[in-house]
Amino acid sequence: MEFFDIFVSILGSAVRLSIPLLFTALAGLFSERAGVFDIGLEGKMLAAAFASACAAYVTGSAWLGLLAGIGVSIVFSLVHGFASITNRGNQIVSGVALNFVAMGLTVVLGQAWFGQGGRTPQVPGEGRFAPIILPGADAMRDVPVIGPLYANVISGNNILTYIGFLMVPVAWWVLFRTRFGLRLRAVGENPGAVDTAGISVSWMRYRAVIVAGFLCGFSGTYLAIAQSAAFINNMSAGKGYIALAALIFAKWKPVPVMFACLLFGFLDAVANFMQGKSVPGIGEVPVQIFQALPYILTCVLLAGFIGVAHAPKAGGVPYVKER
Amino acid sequence: MKKTLLTLMAAAAMSATALAAEIKPALVYGTGGKFDKSFNEAAFGGAEQFKKETGVEYRDFEPTSDTQGEQAIRNFASRGFNPVVAVSFAWTSAMEKVAAEFPDTKFVIVDSVVDLPNVRSVVYKEEEGSYLVGLLAGMASQTGKVGFVGGMDIPLIRKFGCGYVQGVKAAKADATVFQNMVGTTGAAWNDPVRAGELTKNQIDQGADVVYAAAGASGLGVLQTAADNGKLGIGVDSNQNHLHPGKVLTSMVKRVDLAVYNAFKDTQEDKFSAGVLSLGVKEDGVTYAVDENNKALITPEMSEAVEKAKADIIAGTVKVHDYMSDNSCPN
Repeated sequence: MEFFDIFVSILGSAVRLSIPLLFTALAGLFSERAGVFDIGLEGKMLAAAFASACAAYVTGSAWLGLLAGIGVSIVFSLVHGFASITNRGNQIVSGVALNFVAMGLTVVLGQAWFGQGGRTPQVPGEGRFAPIILPGADAMRDVPVIGPLYANVISGNNILTYIGFLMVPVAWWVLFRTRFGLRLRAVGENPGAVDTAGISVSWMRYRAVIVAGFLCGFSGTYLAIAQSAAFINNMSAGKGYIALAALIFAKWKPVPVMFACLLFGFLDAVANFMQGKSVPGIGEVPVQIFQALPYILTCVLLAGFIGVAHAPKAGGVPYVKER
Repeated sequence: MKKTLLTLMAAAAMSATALAAEIKPALVYGTGGKFDKSFNEAAFGGAEQFKKETGVEYRDFEPTSDTQGEQAIRNFASRGFNPVVAVSFAWTSAMEKVAAEFPDTKFVIVDSVVDLPNVRSVVYKEEEGSYLVGLLAGMASQTGKVGFVGGMDIPLIRKFGCGYVQGVKAAKADATVFQNMVGTTGAAWNDPVRAGELTKNQIDQGADVVYAAAGASGLGVLQTAADNGKLGIGVDSNQNHLHPGKVLTSMVKRVDLAVYNAFKDTQEDKFSAGVLSLGVKEDGVTYAVDENNKALITPEMSEAVEKAKADIIAGTVKVHDYMSDNSCPN
């Protein structure tokens, strides 16, 4: 039972750690499927985290915090769109620039407004998304195997976690079962054909990056006022890049994206748990191995060992109507 | 580590030249940022106190990356600031370089030792302070399991952990102590999410008191402990007020005194170079009790910790220093 308890604890931790990755990777999915590479996911997440923490602190409402996070993240997306869609700039350069802008701007504004070295003050109770105990969690707790899983992994998360998992089928449905999704994928594969059909490639791509901004707003908000209770300098700590790795690892498909994020979250949770513990027969395993695994797996995948990852064909290429 | 009073006095005699009064003090923080509610904020507090008492303005700088420290220290020294105080072990090599270039400027480094005639190195016996809070943690724990979350995995932080373990074992010999580090890079001081997750792991394993020695990441530890109805222990500054009633105590490291004394001694022309090692005896480290945690410290705990304090001062209890041999007896 001891072992099972530990396993449940790690699973719960894995879910909590994978949610920001999930939102961000889904954001990247929409953007990249439309042919706009988005290295600026990290920056959008950070900006959204800052905005949501500020708004939640000032208004005392977590939902207004979420709204602010989404708003700021969409603004960042639009800047990315303006640079790389309208003005056909390099998408990677624009994304990297946004990352730096977000990193610097959040600290400067935070320092100017709150004078705490770029941090926001602690957000009080109502300004945060509290864990939701699902009905029957306490009653179920004593049922073997399923009980602890239900009570500690499925129940007891905050609303954003459930929204995150709900977004996966929604993203799948939008991308693969709607006209919008078909066109979105088409501008990522062959924008010329879409243009010939009389649909605006630019407007299509703009809508895709707006969706990406919307989703990044959720991940930033989750970091700042669900998982912790304040914004802290550079608190995204590279999660945007791990999400990108998850997106590639999942071959730009929504459901595999979810599993990739859960896997990466799980590895992170295992790394946290394994610290300083020795494995029978092997001894103490350096946790860096687990922390590096997501990247190693992605490299192995890109090298073609686990199937082939095909990026959207027109990804990274600004669309020029006529030469 | 320890130098005799003689060297201190010799160094003091050397620097007894310039007149008092007009000084331009400067302060360089660690990468955790000025308002980390912990280590750097304590340094800031010392500088502010000096400013309030003497009216002398000081300049400070918050390096945001490990490469900016040297630049900042050199910049202050070359513009005639004196003394230049750098708080963080991260500026050790920077200090070695710059202090050699400006032999007439007085430097102070906190948390590390630089062996130069114009540098005062202030180090703390963190193991003693950690021993005291460990003792309290051991007595406050209902489950017999307590946790420790360190910031960056360096000997200095292991020293906190080692003293803490010894204190816990002194209270309950069979207690379990879970130890985790947030990371191995400077980013580990600013990652409250991972710190909180590590804390949650320890709580899931039964820990009910968790000691954070992790700069700003520690805020995540205290938050998670409070969210789960457990107790946290703060570090460096008095952090009891962050979650009243949910922070058992704080291991206070008087970084403010180091900064204040550096400024004051320079002003009064009493600056001495050499190593200052501050422990419980010198009031350099202690545990914090205020109105926020008074109810958590029972009379028995208070009595035991005061006794431990007296024993350490008297030398009857020796707390092992991790950095002396890079190992912990437990």
